[in-house]
Amino acid sequence: MSTESNSQKNVPLLQVKNLHTSFYTDAGEVKAVNGISYNLDAGKVLGIVGESGSGKSVSAYSLMQILTDTGRVTEGEVLFKGENILKYNSKQMQSFRGSRISMIFQDPMTCLNPVFSVGSQLREAIRIHTDRNREETQARALEMLQLVGVNEPEKRLKQYPHELSGGMRQRVMIAMALACEPDILIADEPTTALDVTIQAQILELMQSLQKKLGMAIIMITHDLGVIADMCDEIIVMYAGKVCERGTADEIFYNPRHEYTKGLIRSIPRITEQHEKLVPIAGSPVDLLNLPKGCAFASRCDHAMKICLTQQPEEVQVNDSHIAACWNNVRQMMEEENRGGASK
Amino acid sequence: MDLTQRDLRRKQLLVTCILGAVLFGAGWLFLPVLSEKILLGAVILLLTGTLFFSNDTGRYICKRVLLAILTVLIIAAITFFSMNAIPGGPFSKEKAPSAAVQAVLEERFHLNEPVGKQFLLYLEGLMQGNFGISTKTGREISTTIFDSFAISAKLGGYAALLAVVLGLVFGSIAALNRGKAADRIIIFFTTLFVAVPSFIMATLLLLVFCLQLNWFPIFSTSNQSYVLPVIALMLSPMSYITRLTKTSMLDVLGQDYIRTARAKGVKQVLVIFKHALKNALIPVITYVGPMTAYILTGSMVVESVFTTGGLGTKFVQGISNRDYPMIMGTTIFLATLMVTMTLISDLIYKIVDPRISFD
Repeated sequence: MSTESNSQKNVPLLQVKNLHTSFYTDAGEVKAVNGISYNLDAGKVLGIVGESGSGKSVSAYSLMQILTDTGRVTEGEVLFKGENILKYNSKQMQSFRGSRISMIFQDPMTCLNPVFSVGSQLREAIRIHTDRNREETQARALEMLQLVGVNEPEKRLKQYPHELSGGMRQRVMIAMALACEPDILIADEPTTALDVTIQAQILELMQSLQKKLGMAIIMITHDLGVIADMCDEIIVMYAGKVCERGTADEIFYNPRHEYTKGLIRSIPRITEQHEKLVPIAGSPVDLLNLPKGCAFASRCDHAMKICLTQQPEEVQVNDSHIAACWNNVRQMMEEENRGGASK
Repeated sequence: MDLTQRDLRRKQLLVTCILGAVLFGAGWLFLPVLSEKILLGAVILLLTGTLFFSNDTGRYICKRVLLAILTVLIIAAITFFSMNAIPGGPFSKEKAPSAAVQAVLEERFHLNEPVGKQFLLYLEGLMQGNFGISTKTGREISTTIFDSFAISAKLGGYAALLAVVLGLVFGSIAALNRGKAADRIIIFFTTLFVAVPSFIMATLLLLVFCLQLNWFPIFSTSNQSYVLPVIALMLSPMSYITRLTKTSMLDVLGQDYIRTARAKGVKQVLVIFKHALKNALIPVITYVGPMTAYILTGSMVVESVFTTGGLGTKFVQGISNRDYPMIMGTTIFLATLMVTMTLISDLIYKIVDPRISFD
């Protein structure tokens, strides 16, 4: 965990350490993110999965410091190439956003400004972070549109967002985000608002661009299926905390947190037509009053006494796999005992 | 498909052009006065224009101008007939002139004719650019209107400009400081100014600044100070614009594209004044067009209180004197101005918001 022992070259591109974010509303402090930590290496794809209100988007907004007025990062560090970007002043942050880390959002219908042309919005993104002249900016904008597979790019530059389809607009968003060659692209549910066929196209595009340009991606989604074959690592979030972290295989085939197991059971599968979908019962936890114990305990079928009174600790299942669940602890103890008994 | 459509369109255009030319030719021979010929030509040009322009905006403008002419005509007719429906007339006074004099006067202003004929005669005059002469002063209506409009326009121009600029600034300040002291103060005063009728505000201003504090001379045509009437005219629309801007700005600032702009690294100042304001302007523009016309033509009450001698005053005087040509002249002038301003604001609307289509 300690960065000091690592040589500079081995420092991960992005380290998020114990990040806490709260919103101060009239009703009280809403604790949206409660101590998440993860590392992201250059060129890797990290998936963050969780249901609505689990803090996955807020954690990304916290990195970019584009929280709404009431939101504040209350604790933690975000190290980009070893530098804490939470300490940046607003001017440093402005030049950081969009050039080192870019972001695309859920609903391309509402994310582009309706009163500016596609070209003007693209050129703006390029102009802010580079010192290209007019022609070079225009050329770059055109090049980006071609890169993301927009047909008739010259015509599109002159059009307004409302003249483009949802898939086109998301492509434009991607072009805008990648125009200044960022090291990290944060994609906040980039396909949720799109048709299923377009979803697949956009995901494919992101994958191919990731290979071509080599940036790292943080993929935020509520749909495990979407990111299964894309991600090097997956984080499962619940109530602003990391429940489980591991490689895609570990999360899918050896889930250790009861919430992750529930998520996987709730994915529809075409191969097993007769199987009923199993939803996770209950509703997300109230972030105004977080329970003393495990936040998921009230919805968990296997909750034990300890789950209600004590926060589960993160336990390493193996080098890459971590779960924060008392059931996992019990399971591991049982496995150990069995192992001990058989010896 | 595309080709046959184009063919059809060509034929349509040809037919309309020929029809237009024939109509125009007939009109040219038939109509006696040059101004009428020109007017007819213009209307025919506009009619063909509604079909001719391949571009939506051109067609739209032609259509709107035609509709505007129709609107003004209808307003003129309504005013004319309702004005004549009221018993009495310009020359029925306490000290009535002798029957012979009255007959001569009525003859001169065509008052002895049936109302329908009177209206047609008035329209005929109007088409020749003749608004008639005042029954009260005997002066040309058009000169009176233009002279008094010059005063109203100057006054109203300042007021409209101030209302828009201050309204936008205060509205943005209130939106950006939502819930804080600045917002509360602005909203308190704008609510007050919207609620207080302009004649009370005007009288209050006169009372406080002219009579009590002696800061300004009491307004008259000889000693002109525009400060107080401009303030009285501007406060209410300014307050309305402030509130409109605030609501619309708050709405826009919560939109996803503002978050996108911030995520792109756009400076906070530009996020607000470029990305947000242009969107927030859209509802404001709808209000500004008619408001400008209203202010430009001079609020009758404010002008009466400050005795500015503007168009509003003339309108009120016209009504109390039963000065038929004056009432008609001012009504038509105001209606035209109002219709023009609405058209202009609709066109600006299109420039600001590309989503609006005219078809």
